[in-house]
Amino acid sequence: MEVTDSVVKNIAALAQLQVDKTELPRLAAGMQNILDLAEQMQSADTEGVTPISNPLDATQQLRPDAVIEQDQRELFQSIAPATEDGLYLVPRVVE
Amino acid sequence: MLNRTLAEQISDLQKGEYSCSELTEAYLIRISETSDLNTFITVADDALENAAHADELRASGDDRPLLGIPVAHKDIFCQKNVRTTAGSRMLDNFVSPYDSTVIENLNAAGTVSLGKTNMDEFAMGSSNENSYYGPVKNPWRTSCVPGGSSGGSAAAVAARLCSAATGTDTGGSIRQPASFCGITGIKPTYGRISRWGMIAYASSLDQAGPLARTAEDCALLMTHMAGHDPRDSTSSPEPVDNYLESLSKPVSGLKLGICREYLEDLTPEIRAVFDEFVGELVSQGAETREISLPSSPLAIPAYYIIAPAECSANLSRYDGVRFGYRCEDPKDLDDLYRRSRSESFGAEVKNRIMVGAFALSAGYYDAYYNKAQQIRRLIKNDFVDALSGVDVILGPTTPGTAFPIGEKSQDPLAMYMQDIYTISANLAGLPAISIPAGFVDGMPVGVQAIGNYFDEATLLAIGHQYQQMTSWHQQEPEMNS
Repeated sequence: MEVTDSVVKNIAALAQLQVDKTELPRLAAGMQNILDLAEQMQSADTEGVTPISNPLDATQQLRPDAVIEQDQRELFQSIAPATEDGLYLVPRVVE
Repeated sequence: MLNRTLAEQISDLQKGEYSCSELTEAYLIRISETSDLNTFITVADDALENAAHADELRASGDDRPLLGIPVAHKDIFCQKNVRTTAGSRMLDNFVSPYDSTVIENLNAAGTVSLGKTNMDEFAMGSSNENSYYGPVKNPWRTSCVPGGSSGGSAAAVAARLCSAATGTDTGGSIRQPASFCGITGIKPTYGRISRWGMIAYASSLDQAGPLARTAEDCALLMTHMAGHDPRDSTSSPEPVDNYLESLSKPVSGLKLGICREYLEDLTPEIRAVFDEFVGELVSQGAETREISLPSSPLAIPAYYIIAPAECSANLSRYDGVRFGYRCEDPKDLDDLYRRSRSESFGAEVKNRIMVGAFALSAGYYDAYYNKAQQIRRLIKNDFVDALSGVDVILGPTTPGTAFPIGEKSQDPLAMYMQDIYTISANLAGLPAISIPAGFVDGMPVGVQAIGNYFDEATLLAIGHQYQQMTSWHQQEPEMNS
């Protein structure tokens, strides 16, 4: 797998990262390093092996669907960059 | 009093040798005197107040063992009304509105927080050089790294800035710095300690644990850190062993697995430390068996797909909207997201987000992410097979001793290889401890013991029994070299 500039730009867009021209070669090299390392995995025969997502093979525990937290909107919004009337402010999306 | 272990401080405080206020003040002075080690990101401004309160409680008959014991917390644990940065510019202004379970539990046990320790950004690194707040220096040789990502916690314990500290371990981040700094550190079984309020890096690998001078001190902290938490859906309901009682369990009769693959490329100096460690346990009556973990060479490649994949998902929450860093004058919503993230994440964090987003993207998921999760199964199966015939698996913690600051920071692959012996335990979810076992060229070396699921008690007992007969854990850095 060769990490080209267009791969980097595409993935950066998916990951919501801004990449300027000067950063491209460094990010491409960083990705290439890890993906080359990952190539070693191809030597393993994993035919029919069930992938692990939880190391204990545990399933998600369920809890009763009941309110256990208090409403702390003001506290949580006190650390937000910009709020108004209990809402988070972002740049206008629809003109 | 600063050179006393946590267990000794408990006894000293009970006897009234000194007060918690005196102990806390002495630590704060030492932290300030050693500020060039850069171990703390934030020193607690309420430590003396809390210490005085602990002294009052003790005077009124409160006899909780950890009452008034000063500890330090890795700056990855959310602490209410305290800045919690995860070593990142993204969270430089983040004052947590709530306590993580680990901090809640240790506060409830009576400990006094001295502050928040330095770390690699979002726990991604093996040298503490990836911190927005600058590298931490190793107290044994200040030109060297302390290891990472819990580098601040390990260096603080080694430098006697606290007797114990909390850390987290996703691929070796407790054990490797413990080894580099000559202290004891344990990564418990996945799910043993709640991850609630612990800033996430790779959620299926992350696990909190203690760093301290001795296995006994680790057991004292573990007693309060471990346990089920309904707020973390991966927290285990398995009952918690009595770690303190188990410390006296003799090593005699234990079957020690010696992993062939872990010894193949070892330097003669580290090998000699390892052999001496095994020899001590054998002289106490343990037996050795050679075992094999044939898939272990694939652990690093699989980890560097799985951890970045989980990191790219976890770090998507940092969007500049609800908390954390926001860029100036965003021109639209995408610009807000992208510049807020790009201006505040460091280079290694961006690397891992990019690799993770790639491994999860359409067309590459099977070849990379799914393949890595299958290899993870092979690695786990190796351990399950081996641990059916032995009680623990022994090996080195790290391939070498602490390296000079800057030596590997431009060579990510060399940095990744630091975790070659530690990563497998995270992939398999097994508990593992690093125990100080000697020195090479004046720098500490740790030996790692990997145990069976939820058998932290045996690992702590091995550490404790070994530390009854050896003095490596008592060595103190001179801090002037």
